[in-house]
Amino acid sequence: MATYNTNEFRSGLKFMLDNDPYSIIENEFVKPGKGQAFSRVKIRNLKTGRVIEKTFKSGESVEAADVLETTLQYLYTDGEFWHFMDSQSFEQYAASEAAVAGSIKWIKEQDDCNVTLWNGNPLIVEAPNFVTLRITDTDPGLKGDTSGGGGKPATLETGAVIRVPLFVQVDEVVKVDTRSGEYVSRA
Amino acid sequence: MSREHNAHRPVASIRVLQQRASLLSEIRGYFAHRGVLEVETPLLSSSANPDAAIEPMQSGYRQPGSHRSQTLYLHTSPEFPMKRLLAAGSGSIFQICHTFRNGECGRLHNPEFTLLEWYRIDFDHFQLMDEVDALLIQLLPGCAAAERYRYADLFVTHTGLDLFSASPAQLRQRAESAGVVIPESAETGWLIEVLFELCVGSWLKQQQGVIVYDYPAAQASLSQLSTQDSRLAERFEYYFQGMELANGFHELADAAEQRQRFEAENSKRRQSGSEILPLDEHFLQALEDGLPDCSGVALGIDRLLMLRCGVDHIEEVLAFPFARNDE
Repeated sequence: MATYNTNEFRSGLKFMLDNDPYSIIENEFVKPGKGQAFSRVKIRNLKTGRVIEKTFKSGESVEAADVLETTLQYLYTDGEFWHFMDSQSFEQYAASEAAVAGSIKWIKEQDDCNVTLWNGNPLIVEAPNFVTLRITDTDPGLKGDTSGGGGKPATLETGAVIRVPLFVQVDEVVKVDTRSGEYVSRA
Repeated sequence: MSREHNAHRPVASIRVLQQRASLLSEIRGYFAHRGVLEVETPLLSSSANPDAAIEPMQSGYRQPGSHRSQTLYLHTSPEFPMKRLLAAGSGSIFQICHTFRNGECGRLHNPEFTLLEWYRIDFDHFQLMDEVDALLIQLLPGCAAAERYRYADLFVTHTGLDLFSASPAQLRQRAESAGVVIPESAETGWLIEVLFELCVGSWLKQQQGVIVYDYPAAQASLSQLSTQDSRLAERFEYYFQGMELANGFHELADAAEQRQRFEAENSKRRQSGSEILPLDEHFLQALEDGLPDCSGVALGIDRLLMLRCGVDHIEEVLAFPFARNDE
C-alpha cells in the first residue's frame, strides 16, 4: 500500500480519508515557534466534489489513492450505465450516473472525455471544454438579426438546452463551451 | 513570464528592502536609547537545542589536511550564548541575527530567518510585555497596546473546554469536530496545542495585537513555572492579526531543572526516532554560575516587516528566499 507523508503534501496529491479519495487543493504549513508542526489542507472529495478543511499532525502518513486521469471514448448508454473505451487498449469501462452527472448533457457517442479512474472505476467523467452539437429544435429566428441581442433557447441533439443567437436554425451545428454552458459560434 | 526565468532576481522589491534597512536601524536606535547593549554570538555550535519540535541544520568544521570533520549545528536561536553573556555580567543585551530551522518552510516560514532577541535584567515577563508593546507601537504604524489574555481563558472561550479538567476523550472529540485527523499517537498536550491553533487561532486572526500569557506548564519551554500555580509557565506570545510575532519568557535560571527539561526533550527524540542532540554544557555551566533574574523575548523581523509592508507571504520581504527544489 503506497503512502504519503504530510511533508509530501502539495496541491493535486490524491489520498484516501475515511474510505473516500480526496485531492489536495491547498496545503498550509503551520508551526508555532515553540510547538509542533501541522499541515492544514483544503481537500476535494473526488466522489462528491465537496471541499473540506482538515488538519494533520506533521510527519503522519496517509494512504495514497489509486486515482488515474485518462482519456476515454464514450460508446453508449444502456440506461443504467454509460460505457467508455480506452482507444489504445480497447478496454471498456462502465460509469455510473453519479460519475457522468455533470457531463452527460454535453457528450455524444464517440466523443473523447477526461475520466478520473479510482481503483479502475470511472469516478468523474468530464466533457471536453468545447463540443460541437447539432440543434434539434429552436424557434425560427427573425430576419435581419446578425448576432447576439438576447437570443433564444435551442435544444441540442444531446438534450441540453442553451441560448443561441436568433439567426441560428434547426439542424445547424454549433460550438458550445461546456464549462459555462454557452454558445460560442457556428461550427 | 515563468518564475524559473526570473529565479536569479530578488523577490522583495527595492522599496521593501529599504523598509527592512529602516526597520533595523529603528530597532537599534530604540535599544541604544535605553542602554541595551548590542551583541553578536556564534551561529555555529557543537551543541544544539534538543527541543523535540525544532530541528537544527548540521554543518561541520575540518582542520586543513584532516579528513575528519567536527559536527557543528547552526543555531535555532541565539538564546544559550546570550544567557552565557548575561551570567557573565553583560547587563541587558539584544541581538539581531539569522537563525536556522530545518524543515520550516511556508507562508510564514523561511528556514533561514532574521530574529531580534533581547534580555532585560530584573524584568519579569509582565514588564517585558510592556516593552514589547512599546517597541511595536513605535515600529508598526497604527499599532496600539496589545490586549492581554490568559491561555486558559482563551482556551475555554473558543473551545468550550476547561484546559485543566477536560478529559482526553473530550479534547479528542472537540479536535475531531474542528477537522483534525487525529493520529493514534495523539497525546493530551498535542490535542491542546492543535485546538489552540485552530480554535483560538481563527479568533486571533481577526484581532490586532494580542498577548497570550500563563501558558500551560507542558509548554514552558525555557520559562520559569509560576510560583503561584505550578500548572502555569511564565511565558507569553505576541500575536498580531493571528501571526505569531514574539515569544517571551521569564527565564528559567535553575540549572538542574534546565538539564531535566533538555533530557526530557532528548527522550522524546529517542521515542520518535529523531537524532539525540548534544546538550550545551557551557550554557548549563553558566546557569550553575548564576543567571541574573531576567526576562527575554525573540521577535521575528521578517514577519514584522510583512506587517509594515502589508504583504502576506514571507517571500515578499526576503531578497532571496529559500529555493525549494520540489517546486
